Amino acid sequence: MDFWKDPLKVAADWLMGIFTGWGMPEIAAQILIGFLGILLLISLLMVLDIFLVWVERKVVSRFQDRIGPNRVGPFGLIQPFADIIKLLIKEDITPGGADRTVYNLAPILSMMSVLILWAVVPLAPAILGVDADLNIGALYIIAAGAIGTLSIIMAGWASNNKYSLIGAFREVAVMLSFEIPMLTVMLIPTIFAGSMGIVKIVNSQDTWYFFLAPLAALIFFIAAIAELGRAPFDMGEAESELVSGYNIEYSGMKFGMFYAGELLHAFTFGGFWAILFFGGYRFFGLELVNPLLAIAILFFKAFIGYWLIMWVRYTLLRIRIDHMLAFNWKFLTPVAFVLLMVTALMNALLSGLPGWLYVSGMFLSNVLLTWGALEIARHYSRGEREKVEGKQVVEVGH
Amino acid sequence: MVPLSWYLIFAAALFSIGLFGVLSRRNAVAILLGIELMLNSVNINLAAFWRYGKDVTVMTGQVFAIIVFAVAAAEVAVGLALVISVYRRRNTVVADEINMMKW
Amino acid sequence: MTGEQITFLAVALFTLGSGFMVVTSGNLVHAALWLVSTLFGVAVTYAVLDASFLAVVQVVVYIGAIAILFIFAVMLTRKDMRDQGPQMNKNWWFGALLAVLTFAGLFFLLQGWDGMSRTAAVYPSNFDAVSELGNALTSPAGYVLPFEVASVLLVAALVGAVYVAFNRK
Repeated sequence: MDFWKDPLKVAADWLMGIFTGWGMPEIAAQILIGFLGILLLISLLMVLDIFLVWVERKVVSRFQDRIGPNRVGPFGLIQPFADIIKLLIKEDITPGGADRTVYNLAPILSMMSVLILWAVVPLAPAILGVDADLNIGALYIIAAGAIGTLSIIMAGWASNNKYSLIGAFREVAVMLSFEIPMLTVMLIPTIFAGSMGIVKIVNSQDTWYFFLAPLAALIFFIAAIAELGRAPFDMGEAESELVSGYNIEYSGMKFGMFYAGELLHAFTFGGFWAILFFGGYRFFGLELVNPLLAIAILFFKAFIGYWLIMWVRYTLLRIRIDHMLAFNWKFLTPVAFVLLMVTALMNALLSGLPGWLYVSGMFLSNVLLTWGALEIARHYSRGEREKVEGKQVVEVGH
Repeated sequence: MVPLSWYLIFAAALFSIGLFGVLSRRNAVAILLGIELMLNSVNINLAAFWRYGKDVTVMTGQVFAIIVFAVAAAEVAVGLALVISVYRRRNTVVADEINMMKW
Repeated sequence: MTGEQITFLAVALFTLGSGFMVVTSGNLVHAALWLVSTLFGVAVTYAVLDASFLAVVQVVVYIGAIAILFIFAVMLTRKDMRDQGPQMNKNWWFGALLAVLTFAGLFFLLQGWDGMSRTAAVYPSNFDAVSELGNALTSPAGYVLPFEVASVLLVAALVGAVYVAFNRK
């Protein structure tokens, strides 16, 4: 039973005993055990990534009213393995005139920026992130996104292809712009928890932060979809406009790295949405029973978030690049700033009150803010429409 | 234990490399790259003095470093805007060729 | 040679090597990418110095914004997609001489200071540097005035950069 209560510590102690028995100095044994832990986590994530390919294809087929892969294995479960074998045996083409080092480095950096995000994800009360809580965890998420942005522009430039470059420019512009509302909204769980550390944020969610700040969860969701470069914000790899953008010249496993990295990135952001706003691995005390149960709870919530991201992707149309940027700078960023100020104000005003009054006060303030922002947006869009159509808009219901 | 001198010499070396970049490069954007290196070396100095000061709980060094971050970002933005604007008119970014106002 | 010293030497050599490649690279986009690795090395130096907030802000601000701005500027100011010619001035040897003299001058100036061999105090446990930094930046007894002036500076730079680079047709 002791193993199941805290599996990582038991395994680490056992390995430490073996390594020091072989005569290794303790510090080297610790470093080696750390490396083995990282290797284990990355292997599990890559296996999860393969599973996500199957999930993506099945879910998109259901949204499009078809069956999806069902030939290869039961329910098509072996399909991702067939995909990977196909990608591995494809010819590895480097376009002429491409910058070889940068061209090869871009997919590696893209995958790296997703994998390093998992260093701060708390999987269970006993299996925490790095250093048992990096005290700047929320900011670390943005930093990992910055490396992803760099990899896209490297891919776009190194391909020596105009469409690739334009796609990369647009994608990077969108990613940089939507980092601002995401960072601002990530400060709201920080205000509630009193710290930027992800573990502290999870541990202070006695009421899920979704009920305290639903508008923050919504803005984080929208900004996360834009960060991922998925529809409706996938201007960077729009097939009908840009022949798949910065991905054009990549074939074989390098494209596989981009593709699988994007899916894992989507799942990771579903996970962060669950951690920041839905309590992470917590579920009314169920997580203390067993670390594996906590991991299962976290992954269940992350899959719900991932399913929502997929739902949005396969339902909504692509937005034009200038509309995307206008939406960010003229609507999302001001709303995020006002939300931050309102949250800080309400937190200071209501901090002495009993629990349910606090929750309903914050919830009400968010609802009012959403209503106000939508009213302003409605008046603005009506003004735009009248300008274009020349006062031919029929007023209904007033 | 790493003595303070190592950090200061490291920062001085980075500063000199940046200085070499500013003085010897043709392209205006490359000159700005050298300036970035110099600003980073100053930041390393400030962070090292914060850590090796008498009292680590006094955050003056880090505050100074953050202000330098902000100033460096502002300077790069304005500098690159100027370089792009000059490129649009003169169609060149070689610093030697931007000499219309020399005597 | 303790582990800390080996770590610092590795990081310092990596950063200085990347910095050298920044100023001597013939291809400007490569120079911008070497700048990214230099900035990353500086971020790791901050992490070694226990300034974790500075390290993450370095990656977000410098690598995530400033380096990308440099790459954009390099790509927007080239006449064609080939590499540029030789990247050094006529008088690059004089620049090199000045750089070496500066380094030597700084080195000898620092040797005369007796605080050079200072070692780091033990980092106090339970010390939340991030919240202390937040207190310092926003308390009137701290540094709120430089903080606010820096934000005004950033707004001015934002407006100025957009205005200067605006493409009036």
